Amino acid sequence: MITVFERPNSLTTAKTHYCPGCTHGIIHRLVAEVLDELGVQEDTIGVSPVGCAVLAYDYFNVDMHEAAHGRAPAVATGIKRVHPDKIVFTYQGDGDLAAIGAAEIVHAAARGEKITTIFVNNAIFGMTGGQMAPTTLVGQVSTTAPKGRDSAIQGYPLRISEMLATIEGTAYIARVSVHNPQEVAKAKKAIKTAFEFQIAGRGFTLVEVLSTCPTNWGYTPKESLKWLVDNMIPVYPLGVKKTLEEGKD
Amino acid sequence: MAKVLMKGNEALGEAAVRAGCRYFFGYPITPQNEIPQYLAKRLPEVGGVFLQAESEIAAINMVYGAAGSGARVMTSSSSPGISLKQEGITYIAGAELPCVIVNMQRGGPGLGSIQPGQADYFQAVKGGGHGDYKLLVLAPATIQETVDLMGKAFDLADEYRNPVMILGDGILGQMMEGVEFPAEETPVTLAEKSWATTGAKGRKRNVVNSLYLDPIKLEKHNEHLQRKYERMAKEVLWENYKTDDAELVLVGYGSSARVAKAAVDLARAQGIKAGLFRPITLFPFPKEALQEACKQANHVLTVEMSMGQLVEDVRYNLEFKVPVHFYGRSGGMVPTNRAVLEEIIRWAKSGKGENQ
Repeated sequence: MITVFERPNSLTTAKTHYCPGCTHGIIHRLVAEVLDELGVQEDTIGVSPVGCAVLAYDYFNVDMHEAAHGRAPAVATGIKRVHPDKIVFTYQGDGDLAAIGAAEIVHAAARGEKITTIFVNNAIFGMTGGQMAPTTLVGQVSTTAPKGRDSAIQGYPLRISEMLATIEGTAYIARVSVHNPQEVAKAKKAIKTAFEFQIAGRGFTLVEVLSTCPTNWGYTPKESLKWLVDNMIPVYPLGVKKTLEEGKD
Repeated sequence: MAKVLMKGNEALGEAAVRAGCRYFFGYPITPQNEIPQYLAKRLPEVGGVFLQAESEIAAINMVYGAAGSGARVMTSSSSPGISLKQEGITYIAGAELPCVIVNMQRGGPGLGSIQPGQADYFQAVKGGGHGDYKLLVLAPATIQETVDLMGKAFDLADEYRNPVMILGDGILGQMMEGVEFPAEETPVTLAEKSWATTGAKGRKRNVVNSLYLDPIKLEKHNEHLQRKYERMAKEVLWENYKTDDAELVLVGYGSSARVAKAAVDLARAQGIKAGLFRPITLFPFPKEALQEACKQANHVLTVEMSMGQLVEDVRYNLEFKVPVHFYGRSGGMVPTNRAVLEEIIRWAKSGKGENQ
């Protein structure tokens, strides 16, 4: 019998706690497949955030740190400076990275820390119950913007990838989505490129992955995928925002 | 090695390097800036890493990452910056990681002043951030003592897998004194850290974490921490100065204790049987030694650069058997030995004290 599909070694056998229809599971798998394919599972140290992915340390089958809200890039900096030969990644949501952790991500990027950040953007605070995030779309309803985000009161969504792409210390910045198989394949390619850039010591790398939150958006999983395509992608266009050319390191 | 004249902050930095510290993450704040400035130059010379973070919060989280990865690591700051670090400190305590945190205290509250203070005593010895945890707190009074305690600070951190705080003040950081360092050649043997995240090669993976969603497990973790803090009781350090026959015992730590010591000598010159008890570890607090030093005392007087913090622990540890008085200056003002002498005379003249 030929095995055509199996669990990546870089994932534990723990059952995840994610809601039905949430795309965290796909993103976890992509990261784990990339670590397996690059053969770096035993050389990798991950940092999990506060938010829905707080228990990522139970799911990634590598050495892990659990960080305070928003501080994962600082924790990863400490790890990478001690172990410059190891692969260090953070896995963070948009509440964690774009709100309370805005300073840490910007300065990790500015220092050109040779780490990889997987930035899962679902335009909402998931774990705490659907509150507005810096990435919440104008007009999008959340529990703390019950009439929808009003730009006159709550301002505008932050485009993290575009912002970080302007920073010299960054080597590879891309925004991907996982709403269909084609995009999942592209997402994996971007994640792999980011880790390859890190292994080559080229600078800070980040892949922003647009993700669904059926529970807090109030849609079915299928409707959520459509909502992401119709509403999020126009505000958060997909694509590589920055890639350091060969020889420009 | 011969004595050298050195500023407190710089001597502390050199002592940390000689104690095997190879990683420092910090952020500028007065009056401790000479620590990061010294280490920015010194650590690369020994293959170490100095990194100026974007904030105190980032710096302490870098310490969390580095400590969890097995490094001998330190950060330093002063009062308002230490407040910012409290989030990271409680995570470090919860995850049981070793590191050294220096607080060269200044006047508070708020932005306060940049002059010396001791108003972070409570913050240092009672935990400081959220949750039930303790730091080991060392309070040197001279630059020599600061240097002598650095190796111990890192060793205690490793032994107990716990953050250790050096609680200094702006005077200690800024003044210069003659100081002798341990020989640089002395090799520092670091404890094996099998729990550190170094890449899970040929072993089970390690997780550095302070989250316990199961309340039964978190309570067990807290009980484990408390037993550890109780075990620390044997680490107490203190100095007695002329307390053998003292009818009036002064209690102070750090720079205040030096003022108090001078006042003791002035009082003795006037025939007053005064003495000084100086705790060197503030947590664990040297309770039995304090009681012994005060057993024949009619009065106890704490001397502080605060509005009265150490005094609470002195009363508590003397079990309210002796009247304990307080004299302090705050806001960056420093008690003078004359003013302390006046307090000594006042209480000495009042006769045998009533229990409060």
